[in-house]
This record gives sequence, C-alpha cells and structure tokens, in this order.
Amino acid sequence: MLEIKNLHVEVDGKEILHGIDLSLAAGEVHAVMGPNGSGKSTLAYVLAGRDGYDITKGEVLFQGKNLAEMSPEERAREGVFLGFQYPVEIPGVSGLSFLKAAVNEVRKHRGIKELDAIEFLKFVRAKLKMLEMGDDLLKRPINVGFSGGEKKRVEVLQMAVLEPRLAIMDETDSGLDIDALKIVSSGINALRGLDRSMLLITHYQRLLGYVVPDKVHILSGGRIVRSGGKELALELEEKGYAVLGADAA
Amino acid sequence: MSATTHALHLDRFEAVKAGLPGDGRARADALARYAKLGVPTSKLEAWHFTSLKPLDEAALAPSDAKVAVTAASVAAHALSTSHAHHQLVFVDGRFRADLSRIGTVPQGVVLVAWSASKALPKDLLAEAADAGAMRALNAAYAADGAILQVPAGIALPAPVHLIFLGASGAAHARNRITMGEGASATVLETYAGTGRYWTNAVTDISVAAGATLKHLKLQIESGEAFHTAATAAQVAAKGVFDSFVLSIGGKLARNEIDAVLTGEGGNVKLEGAYLARDRQHIDNTTTIDHAVAHCDSEERYRGVLDDHAYAAFQGRIVVRPDAQKTNAHQLNENLLLSDRAEIGSKPELEIHADDVKCGHGAAAGEIDEQALFYLRARGLGEAQARGMLIEAFVSELIDGIADEAIRDRFMAAVGGWLYDAQGARRAA
Repeated sequence: MLEIKNLHVEVDGKEILHGIDLSLAAGEVHAVMGPNGSGKSTLAYVLAGRDGYDITKGEVLFQGKNLAEMSPEERAREGVFLGFQYPVEIPGVSGLSFLKAAVNEVRKHRGIKELDAIEFLKFVRAKLKMLEMGDDLLKRPINVGFSGGEKKRVEVLQMAVLEPRLAIMDETDSGLDIDALKIVSSGINALRGLDRSMLLITHYQRLLGYVVPDKVHILSGGRIVRSGGKELALELEEKGYAVLGADAA
Repeated sequence: MSATTHALHLDRFEAVKAGLPGDGRARADALARYAKLGVPTSKLEAWHFTSLKPLDEAALAPSDAKVAVTAASVAAHALSTSHAHHQLVFVDGRFRADLSRIGTVPQGVVLVAWSASKALPKDLLAEAADAGAMRALNAAYAADGAILQVPAGIALPAPVHLIFLGASGAAHARNRITMGEGASATVLETYAGTGRYWTNAVTDISVAAGATLKHLKLQIESGEAFHTAATAAQVAAKGVFDSFVLSIGGKLARNEIDAVLTGEGGNVKLEGAYLARDRQHIDNTTTIDHAVAHCDSEERYRGVLDDHAYAAFQGRIVVRPDAQKTNAHQLNENLLLSDRAEIGSKPELEIHADDVKCGHGAAAGEIDEQALFYLRARGLGEAQARGMLIEAFVSELIDGIADEAIRDRFMAAVGGWLYDAQGARRAA
C-alpha cells in the first residue's frame, strides 16, 4: 500500500527527515511515535503533499505510484487522507457543502457517478450513524468554534465519508480528554478494514490503548530508531523516549 | 480642445433644460455650482484615492435615452419571480413602464417614477450648500427616478427593486425614499448595462422615528462603464438604516454613502463587499455622522482584489460634541489575490465627545494557505478551493441579508464573478 524508501525531506532548506524507510501493507495499522521535533508532522505533511515540504532524496510509493508527482488533491482523490493535528477553521464554508464537493471530486476521479444533494445526505447520514454522531457540526462552518474533541470527531467523520485507502492521523489524540479520546478511537476502529491502511502519528501511548497497532515505529531526530510490535509502545510508556535511543522530550 | 465629459455637460444644458421636469431654477443653480466646483480631483480629501480623469476623458454627453432595451436584458438582473416584489426599470436614467411591474401596495404608499407621477416633491432637486460636484451635476440633469413614500406605521411587505440599465452617454437618475414613523421597507437598487456609459445616481433617504429601511445595492455595471453614486440618509430617533452595497462591475465605480443620525436611539449599519479584477477601480466612501447621543453605527466592508485592481475604502465617522454614549465600529478587510492589486483603506474618526465607544480596523491579506491546503487535502482542486474561500469571505457578510431573493441574487453575482475569474485565468 505504502512504501517509504530512504526518504529525505527538507523544510525551508533544512533537512528534517534523514532517510525514513517504512512499509505499510494493506489493512495494517502502524503507529509512528516520537518526541516533539522528531519529524512526525513533517512525515504527515510530506505524505499529504503540503507545499514547502520537499523530498530531496528517496521516494514514496502509494499503490505503486510515486506520490511526489501528485498534487495534494490528486493524492486525496487516489485515496490518501490526512487527519490534521490542527484542523483548520474555515468561516463561511458549511461543512456539509465542503464535504459534498470533496466526495464528488473523489468519485469523479474514480469514475463513479457523483452524488446529488439528496443522495449525499443519505450517504452522510449512514456514516454519522455508524460513528454515532449528530449532523449539527456539519451544518456549521468548517471547524469554526468547535472544541478540540469536536474537530477531531469531524476529521474522523471526513475519513469515513471519503473512504480513503491510506489514512494518516496526525496526533489525533492530542488535546482530547478521555471521553473524547474514546469516541475518536472507536471511530478509527470502526473504519479499520482490509483495504484501508492507517498511520497513527502520536506522541503518547494512550491512543494505542484504544487503537491497537500492528506495528510501532519510533521516530527521533528525523530517523526511525526502532520498530517493533505493539508492546514497543508499552515499553515506551514505561521507560520514556530517552531509554529507547530517542532524545527525551 | 477636445470634448470632455465636463465640457459636454456644461454645453448641453441650455439645449435640454426645457425638457427636464421640476424646478428649473434649482437646476440652473446646481449647474452653476457644478461649473464652479469642477470635476473632483484627488486633491480633495474625499477623492483622495480616486481620479475621475478617465471619466472626463471618455467624453460622455448627457444621454438622450433613446436606446432599445429588451425585456430579456432586464430579466438577467431581475429578482426571482417566485418572490413577490415590485420592479421599476430605468434605461439611461429614464423610466420604462413597459419593462416595469409595480404590484399592489398598501394604501397610502407611493411607489412611482417621476415621469409617471402627477406631483413631484418640491424639494426633489434640493442640495445642501456643501454638496459635492457630482451631486450638483445630478441635480442639474436628473430627468427621472423612483419615488417611494411609506406612510407612518406601514410595512411594505414585498421588496422594491429599482433596476438602472446604462447603454449610452451619462444618466443622472435621482431617487427619493421617505419612510414615515414606524414604517418599514426593503429597497434594492441594481445598476447594470452594456458598453461604455456613465451612471451618476443620487438616492436621498429619510427615515423617520422608529422606521426601518433596508437599502441594498448591486453595482454590476459593464466593464467599460463609469459609476458614481451618492446615497444620503437621515435617520431620526430609533430609526434604522441598514445598507448593503455589493460592487462588482464598472471600470471605475464610486459608491458614496452619507448617513446622519439625527435622533437618539438611531441605528446605522453599513455593510458592503467589492470584487474587482483587471484594472478596475472601486471606491467606497462613507460618512456616518453621529449628530446626537445614544446612537449605534456599525460598518463592515470586505473586498477581493485580483490582477491590477484597485479599491479605495474611506470610512469617516463623526461624533458631535453632544453625541455621548455613541457606539461606532468600523472594519474593512481585504483579500488580495495578486501582488499587483492594491487597496487604499482610510478610517477617519472625528470624535468630539468623550463618553463613546468607537473602534476601527483595516486588514489586507492573502488567501489563507492553511485553509487552502486543508481543502485540497480533501480532494478539491486548487481553483475550486480558492473559489470556495473567496466566496466564503464575502458570503459571511451576504448571509446576513434578510431578504432571501436578494441574498440569492447577491450570491449569484459573486458566483458569476468567480466563474469569470476562473475563465480568465484559464485563458491566460
């Protein structure tokens, strides 16, 4: 599904990622953990195609295609989804009309008939039901005035609606209280599937108590310093980043 | 010397004055005052950002209004017929009954064009001693316009839509809206046309105690047109004057609003949006005069500027010495889509009272890159995402318009601008 090979990334002329190798098979969930400044968000942004995150060496293949050659929207239409650490507030654009436009772009790209307003509402309602959410947040402008938990829930809803092949969840757990964390985690779990891979990027182990990964990678100083099974997260919880060869933070 | 718009207006007056309605002496006085003042130059504070030189050089004579306009070209600007409304159409400043539809109005309401009226208000051409040159010229040449009188206590249920179509020369329409005590109405003025022409309109408004006027304007003139318009409103105690100006068209457009709060508890809201591209020049110049205490005013204008477009925003707020407990707030925000686009934004607060709350702000920025990336990361193309953000920026204000048909019309006009902008970008 996703092959990251010797990936070097520069931001503002400064190398942040110094050769990342990571292979994520279809249906797998991997966690990328690391202290602040380790390059976690850089990895998320470069996969989603944000301007200013330049691949200087190595490559990223998504379903065999070179991601670097695609614009952010092409990646999204191909099935890459980035759950933002800080979902952007966009006044004046209703969540519903935005999501309808996004879904139809993806469908157009995949050669499926676009949904009209009524079909779309039906489709969204089914997703809302699956995630046990109301539609109140979607009627409001995107993320405007939402609590941290509400923003993250809407990110998960967007993932559910866009049905990506690869979901990169960038610190989806940050800033959530325990109740919100449970809700968001169960949403992520509900969306796990054989044809959907996930990369959970997180600082803390606590999300992994709810969403159990197949593999855990520890990122430090722009390199993956250790990879292992889910027990690696617990070890990290116990001993901290320093012991695992990562800079403490 | 080649002809100028100025010279043509001075020369033609003798020939046409006999055919103009109303007080001939007031007209002659107005022309004399115009001749003395001359075309405003940027040396005048009120015209600091806007030069009328291109208008003067365009050599536009007073229109003889002998143009053919079809119902189809009016329909493009009409409000949806699924909403009841009254429509008065003026072509080159003259009323066209054949294109107009005035429905039944409550008893006592006067809704009529000058040319269809038996008795014109006596002071129709009256001008304050310090009125500007463009108003004076309008007073000299005004041949027609709409008159709306809503008597005390009457609410006019359906909105009034005044459509002014320009096609040739200079048109000087002059409208009068008089709201009696506790009356209410909604009036939309649409300015549109084809080709090269000049609209120089005046709308005088009086809002009596406790009355409410929602006054909206859609300036969607042709790309070669000149537009100068002055709206003046007097607002008595507990009166409400609620204005929204959406300015999209014109090669050079100036929307001027002067609102005076003359009674306690009055409320003035001036809102507006402007979208400009190519080498368009759009000027919004407003004055809110808090002449008495305990009044509120709120002003919000948002602009979107692309290519070489230039916009001016001048917001003058005067708080007279007796106008204690005034609340006055002003905000002008701009979205610059090109590094060659420019905004001249000038708040001007003259506060002579000490117990007041006044504030102002101005901002110019680019499209929020984070928001753009967020939308693209969900699959929206860059042009679509940009369009969505631009639309959102102005729709935040337009969404506040109470009348659904007018709100829809405004959003459609914004949508048309975005569509044209994308077309232009593709062609480039």
